Amino acid sequence: MLFENDITAFWITLQLALATVVVLLIVGTPLAWWLATTRFRFKALVEAAVALPLVLPPTVIGFYLLIAMGPDGPLGQLMTAVGLEPLAFTFTGLVIGSVFYSLPFVVQPLQSTFSSMGKGPLEVAATLGASPVDRFFSVVLPLSRSGYLTAAVLGFAHTLGEFGVVLMIGGNIPGQTQVLSIAIYDHVESLEYANAHWLAGTLLVFSFLLLLLVYGLNKRFDVVKV
Amino acid sequence: MTGNAQGEELLIAVAANFSSTLERIAQQFEDQTGHGVTLVNGATGRHYAQIVNGAPYDLFFAADAEATRLLEEEGRAVPGTRVVYAQGRLALWSRQAGFIDGEGQILREGEFRRLAIANPRLAPYGEAAVDVLNALGLFERVEDRLVRGENIAQTYQFADSGNAELAFVAYSQILEAGQDGSYWLVPTNLHRPLLQEAVLLKDSQAVREFLAFVMQDEAQTLIGNSGYVGAVSAALSDQPVINHAVRE
Repeated sequence: MLFENDITAFWITLQLALATVVVLLIVGTPLAWWLATTRFRFKALVEAAVALPLVLPPTVIGFYLLIAMGPDGPLGQLMTAVGLEPLAFTFTGLVIGSVFYSLPFVVQPLQSTFSSMGKGPLEVAATLGASPVDRFFSVVLPLSRSGYLTAAVLGFAHTLGEFGVVLMIGGNIPGQTQVLSIAIYDHVESLEYANAHWLAGTLLVFSFLLLLLVYGLNKRFDVVKV
Repeated sequence: MTGNAQGEELLIAVAANFSSTLERIAQQFEDQTGHGVTLVNGATGRHYAQIVNGAPYDLFFAADAEATRLLEEEGRAVPGTRVVYAQGRLALWSRQAGFIDGEGQILREGEFRRLAIANPRLAPYGEAAVDVLNALGLFERVEDRLVRGENIAQTYQFADSGNAELAFVAYSQILEAGQDGSYWLVPTNLHRPLLQEAVLLKDSQAVREFLAFVMQDEAQTLIGNSGYVGAVSAALSDQPVINHAVRE
């Protein structure tokens, strides 16, 4: 019952979620570390900004991104200045949108795992002469394994279900920006309910299994609660 | 929107492209009759799905003639009440003044990165846009530059934000926005007619009054001035007057 386009949309969605999570783990680690350790007076401001995508309708994020990526917007002008293609309607544009959209789902679990670790292990490592880089890779990372797993799976799963942002900046191009949730929406709107059921069911089961993985593993390791 | 004590309250589903026009007509209707009208704006396909699943609308102004036909066939509409209330006009639009010539040559010359159309699987204006590209023999040439909006409002937004240089939109949108820019009003013989039908979902005196109000001359003139071919003139002539307008 799945069209060729649906299978393409499935792959695009997986690639998008994967690329987003990789970017978010790289960007989110220093941000979460800073949030977990800083005594900055206005830390709450940054925390609130990071949490915004939890409460904002994704179409708001998408709308601002569409404006920002346009020829008059800051992102659009930046791309023109450095001689690159505009971002709207491209896979790269979707990754940027998804990074905003899924930011709290990666940063918050990391922040909470870093906070719960405390300063003890790092101070011991420092006393033993470990460099900051060494301390991060041989102390922080192993102790935060479960936090990273939670962050990665939640970021991935949340991006899988992304709709509003992609709707606004994607342009629905098969093989480039047409993701699963858009394909489902198209099927429903064009009254192809059987196709919609197949895709929606696939997404439902897949997302459930991912979450089951997080909660199951978290219980086993007994660390970070989200 | 309020009605007086005797007035009935009408709940009406309307296609996104027609909602602002119907809003003005409904205002006049309320002033003259004392009935109250609430409009619910949305995509025709979604309205259809919601009506099938029990949405409590009295009347449905669709963007095509397909949803209304299905509703009648499925026994969810009042039989024999389907009527064409307007015929849409398609236009190729750019927010840049002087970018589009009066013949749509820009499509051939190809000095653009993105051309936005409404998704042809969902929106009649998208189907019409594909018809035009096929009629001009340009579909293959521009295919990889097409981006699709979920509906005609989003398609307009793609071009309005400048992310797409060109878009096939509803002529009514250009008139309503009253923006600078340039456009080519596409001759109607290049695409299937954009017939927009309404149908009664519940029968009452007030609902019939409203539909009759929309079909009478005054409202039809307003519809004509809003960028549609009114139902009356659409019925009189298959080839409505075409003017190749360029506005700067």
